[in-house]
Amino acid sequence: MAITSAARLPAADPAKPRARRAGRLAPYGFLAPFFVLFAAFGLFPLLYTAYVSLHRVELQTTDRMDWVGAQNYTRLLADPFFWNALRNTFTIGVVSTVPQLLMALGLAHLLNYRLRGRSFYRVAMLMPYATSVAAATLVFAQLFGRDYGLINWVLGQVGLSPVDWQAGTWASQFGVSAIVTWRWTGYNALIYLAGMQAIPGELYESAAVDGASRWQQFRHVTVPGLRPTIVFTVVVSTIGATQLFGEPLLYEGNAGGGISHQYQTLGLYLYEQGWSFFHLGRAAAVAWVMFLLIVVLALLNAAIAARRNRTDR
Amino acid sequence: MRPNPRSPLHGGPLVHVVLITATLVFAFPFYWTLVAASRSNAELSSASPSLTPGPNLLHNIGAALEQAAIGDALLNSLIVAATVTAGVVLSSTLAGFAFAKLRFRGRGLLLAVTVATMMIPPQLGVIPLFMVIVRLDLQNTLPSVILPSLVSAFGVFFMRQYLVQALPDELVEAGRVDGASLLRIFRSIVLPAARPGMAVLGMLTFMATWNDFFWPVVALSSQNPTVQVALKSLGQGYVPDQSIVMAGTLIGTLPVLLVFGVLGRQIVGGIMQGAVKG
Repeated sequence: MAITSAARLPAADPAKPRARRAGRLAPYGFLAPFFVLFAAFGLFPLLYTAYVSLHRVELQTTDRMDWVGAQNYTRLLADPFFWNALRNTFTIGVVSTVPQLLMALGLAHLLNYRLRGRSFYRVAMLMPYATSVAAATLVFAQLFGRDYGLINWVLGQVGLSPVDWQAGTWASQFGVSAIVTWRWTGYNALIYLAGMQAIPGELYESAAVDGASRWQQFRHVTVPGLRPTIVFTVVVSTIGATQLFGEPLLYEGNAGGGISHQYQTLGLYLYEQGWSFFHLGRAAAVAWVMFLLIVVLALLNAAIAARRNRTDR
Repeated sequence: MRPNPRSPLHGGPLVHVVLITATLVFAFPFYWTLVAASRSNAELSSASPSLTPGPNLLHNIGAALEQAAIGDALLNSLIVAATVTAGVVLSSTLAGFAFAKLRFRGRGLLLAVTVATMMIPPQLGVIPLFMVIVRLDLQNTLPSVILPSLVSAFGVFFMRQYLVQALPDELVEAGRVDGASLLRIFRSIVLPAARPGMAVLGMLTFMATWNDFFWPVVALSSQNPTVQVALKSLGQGYVPDQSIVMAGTLIGTLPVLLVFGVLGRQIVGGIMQGAVKG
């Protein structure tokens, strides 16, 4: 606020008017490095995707674009593999996000206790976040191996029959979801923990005085106080799940998402259209559909959150 | 974020049991990477797997370095991550300062655009981005990976939030009264105040860039890969030798884990800080 008073500074110096104009433009100079690159490599591609999606563009000849109108979209909607990928994205998204956020909430609650070694636990929870998609997926693919994987060996030790974690539809989707869950649970736990620490301690004290058990405190103090944070994590996780790519690509190492595309996601389908089948125009149509999907999901989240708030107050 | 001194809850032994169990679950894949990377493929493909590290670690690491050009890939990743980190931290601090402390026409709109695009995954722009890279003849070169990542909307927002609190208005005003130019104010007042925030943003950016997968896979081939792209090709042989794949995974993960081991608490603090104010 005080900054705007630049114009009120004494202007006795004859050089001042020029300096004042330079001063008014200077903020844009500070923004320029960001916005120039952001416009070129961030905003422009995003918007141009819509234009590309109305053309036939092949990977090998990207400078040639032929107008085809909505054809890429009609083909997309007629392709059973698109619907398959959409369905898989949804099921993998639910299986990886819902348990993950619930576990993160529980862990955050425990991490919020006054504990010896609390910062050790926090760092330990975040370790998976420090690994890459590629590394995490290769390790889990090994653990989930059908014949010699450790998980099937453990199942065998307790007398269960082995599971084909790659060929089975539910089993493979569970495997892919496990990678996502492992990598992101600790991260979300920390986000929740940050939110919990912003809840005033007096609320717990007065709840305790009123005779609320710990579970009741968690339900009636922690969860309502955390609602904005929960909405935030749900939105971010939903966006992440919508564009899941690296895990299904490397789970068995092909862009098809399994022999019968049993765990092919939209992100992987986009990559397959563009870089396996060379149809960049069609891939752009997939990207635009994903974008619309994300917008719809974000609006849905916002609507649910708004309604919850209204019924609460 | 400092622990809440008024936290009313005290943890008993049961809390520790649950947290230690969770820690072991989170840590196990790391341990298993070490076990698998130090065994032979034959040992891994046996009916009863070995659960302790074996003697083949150096041999497998050597084989991984040879098979997927992982040495070059490490150097590439280091160049990319360091350049991107420097670019993001600098451009974000400049823009974050302008958004936090300067008044100018269009400020609200520009900030809104920046924040709004944080919600749009950059993945959705890959096709035109790829066409741009081809047009510029940058395909399969490191600049193709560096250029699109040099700035980050999240970084700008993060630095803005940081500077709103960390940099008192009076300091900037005092600099103005003394007749210092904005650039001078930036150098001698803003940068020192911004340093802790820049450090956190730098660590987060380095980790994210090192681990980035989708765009590098699209833009680079296995001839000139980053570590993550090299890992992809390592895992995609006809019959991948699992012990060598795991050795490569270990090499690709180790640098970030080392950074994390040293700076873990600050990274945790940075993520929690970004979360509360996000």
